Amino acid sequence: MSKLNDIPAGNYVKVKDLLSDGMLRERMLALGLTKGAKIEVVQHGPSGDPTIYNIRGAMIALRKEEASLILVTPC
Amino acid sequence: MGLTFQSTQSTALKDLFKIEKTDDQYVIALAGNPNTGKSTVFNVLTGLRQHTGNWPGKTVVNARGQFKYNKKEFILVDLPGTYSIFASSVEEEVAREFLCFGNPDAVIVVVDATCLERNLNLVYQIMELTNNVILCINLIDEARKKNIIIDSEGISKELGIPVVLCAARSGLGIKELKDTLYKVCERKIIPSPKTVIYNDDIEEKLKEIQPLIEEYLTKEKYINGNGINSRWLALRILDGDSKLIKSISSNFNIDIYRFKDMGELSGLSSDDTKRSNLRDLISESIYKKAEMVKEKYVREDKNKIKRDRKIDSYVTSKHFGIPLMLLLLGIILWITIKGANYPSSVIADFLFGIEDKLTLWFKSMNYPEWLHGLLILGIYRTLAWVVSVMLPPMAIFFPLFTILEDLGYLPRVAFNLDHLFKKAYAHGKQCLTMCMGFGCNAAGVTACRIIDSPREKLIATLTNNFVPCNGRFPTLIAISAVFLAAKEGSSLILPTLSVTGLIILGILVTLLMSYVLSKTILKGIPSTFTLELPPYRMPQIGRVLYTSIIDRTIFVLWRAIIVAAPAGAITWLLANIHIGNSSILNHLATFFDPFAKFIGLDGFIIMAFILGLPANEIVLPILLMSYLSTGSMIEFESIESLRKILLDNGWTYLTALNTMLFSLLHWPCGTTILTIKKETGSWKWTALGILIPTCVAIFTCFITTTIFRIFGWA
Repeated sequence: MSKLNDIPAGNYVKVKDLLSDGMLRERMLALGLTKGAKIEVVQHGPSGDPTIYNIRGAMIALRKEEASLILVTPC
Repeated sequence: MGLTFQSTQSTALKDLFKIEKTDDQYVIALAGNPNTGKSTVFNVLTGLRQHTGNWPGKTVVNARGQFKYNKKEFILVDLPGTYSIFASSVEEEVAREFLCFGNPDAVIVVVDATCLERNLNLVYQIMELTNNVILCINLIDEARKKNIIIDSEGISKELGIPVVLCAARSGLGIKELKDTLYKVCERKIIPSPKTVIYNDDIEEKLKEIQPLIEEYLTKEKYINGNGINSRWLALRILDGDSKLIKSISSNFNIDIYRFKDMGELSGLSSDDTKRSNLRDLISESIYKKAEMVKEKYVREDKNKIKRDRKIDSYVTSKHFGIPLMLLLLGIILWITIKGANYPSSVIADFLFGIEDKLTLWFKSMNYPEWLHGLLILGIYRTLAWVVSVMLPPMAIFFPLFTILEDLGYLPRVAFNLDHLFKKAYAHGKQCLTMCMGFGCNAAGVTACRIIDSPREKLIATLTNNFVPCNGRFPTLIAISAVFLAAKEGSSLILPTLSVTGLIILGILVTLLMSYVLSKTILKGIPSTFTLELPPYRMPQIGRVLYTSIIDRTIFVLWRAIIVAAPAGAITWLLANIHIGNSSILNHLATFFDPFAKFIGLDGFIIMAFILGLPANEIVLPILLMSYLSTGSMIEFESIESLRKILLDNGWTYLTALNTMLFSLLHWPCGTTILTIKKETGSWKWTALGILIPTCVAIFTCFITTTIFRIFGWA
């Protein structure tokens, strides 16, 4: 199991668990980061952070602080 | 301190709940994810013109409008975009509160046809809350471009609610939407939402709690369907959202705490981990359903979706991202400067030509000198300056900026600059509010509502002024054109570069001051940030240009009459009423002069900035008025005369540079100050909002002056 921010662009992963809590966890769930959801790592920004992820068809940019709270396994 | 979570929430709610309706009126809530064209639907239905930009969080004010259909009146409330009813931000809380407690007669959920799966989360949540839901699948034209085919009838059967396909931008499907809405409100269509069935564990608990709640509610005379949905309430008790439960208790005036134990009785405690597991399970179940619906009823062409990706691979790339941004900024400025040139000359010739005629007429009518002075030299001349010099650039820049906004480019800017904002301890969304400031600083300050944390909202509010607003661009352009463009008709590259440079400086100052504030009076931890990059949407360029230009022109003209005319009158009076041996204006200018010279300006420039408090676009005209009132007899035939006036009054390169810097960094205009007060609710922060830019401006001018003097350039 790895953290989402460690996954390089071009890879597909599945959500295993969320380490966030409170409002952030709620926001992540609302964006579709439920167990088993497929994520595509699309592109890293200038200077590496934030990164664009394809989550259920939407392009969402997350900073590495937030992405590190999402545990994933390769698809 | 005036700014707390409470205060922002309560003011927002106060905006919402004042809906008084009669029996012939229906209150309709418009909900949906951010960026689904909700506001476009709103505009098309109500005929109002709320601006719809393509970036998430654009709707910060709850708009209300109405329309008639079949003799019934519909009051439409446009809620801010939300990803879920379970609020993870103040905006979402506001939307949630209205859906739960505003008692709408029906809810239209607007979803993006190109992103159905994610959007269905909210739809299912709302379906649990109320039966009267209509699904409006918008942006169907964008979907067609991407070869996405949606089986709306299948979805309607699956969800149990009416579904309407729309392309609100072109009016497609709107009549059907109105018709469906009418039928639902009149009970001619009765939606029966097929909500998500959760796992056995949860469903069993619900079977225990729900009847008890229903009994209690009917005892208290609440009818299911026209008040609170008992299943929804049972679920909320199970997942123990204490803030929501408190809200429910106070809003519906029921004692829900009696049910708190239900959660415990049924084995699910108010233990945090167990509760968050429940929220996870609920979300998971909803998304599994959403996935299934998408698989079954939506056909996609994987290849067509690539277009946006390709564009973004350049626009947000490591190497091209930021240079492209700067290039784009430069191009827009160049178009503004070049494009404004010709209209400015034409209008100036026309208006100042009339001034001559008016002067002749005044002389022939033997009206007193002072009347001629006040009306023609004061009011008319200032008006003429604002309209000929200030209006054309504003009428060009604003539409171009709007096109960029509508295209969806702004979130990409926020993405590219995010690492800088993070280093400055500023919220990621501050980049968006900063960009809004380019149009108008007051709008930028209002836009700060999209930032939830009070600390970061304040930082964004206080630093918004450092990007030049629409009213300041013409000043910067005019001064740089005078001093950097050799003569009329020459290449305008240098002025373009210098204004671009000033903007970059403004952004750097924004970042620097955000950092300073974060480390001193607004200490705290940075909050979390997710940014959605919406698909690029081709704006209807013709329509945007047309409405924007007209809109801007009317706005500037109106402002010219309301603000510039009186300011011109006051300036003329100050310049021509003598006390002792000199005019009031001269006295004031002389008073400010030593300080002004110290920072590389002169007394009249400071006076012009002070008198220009109501609106930034009048600063230059007032300055010119002041110079001219001191006796020089200059005819203006063209903008060239601007150069002569300035040079005749002692302007050097240093003066030009410092005036531009001062214009960029000085105190906010009157409207912005009032907006800061309204948004923060505090005089203290408003005062700081005035003081901080002023100090920065003075300090910067002082530095440049010192440098120039050290090197003997001035």
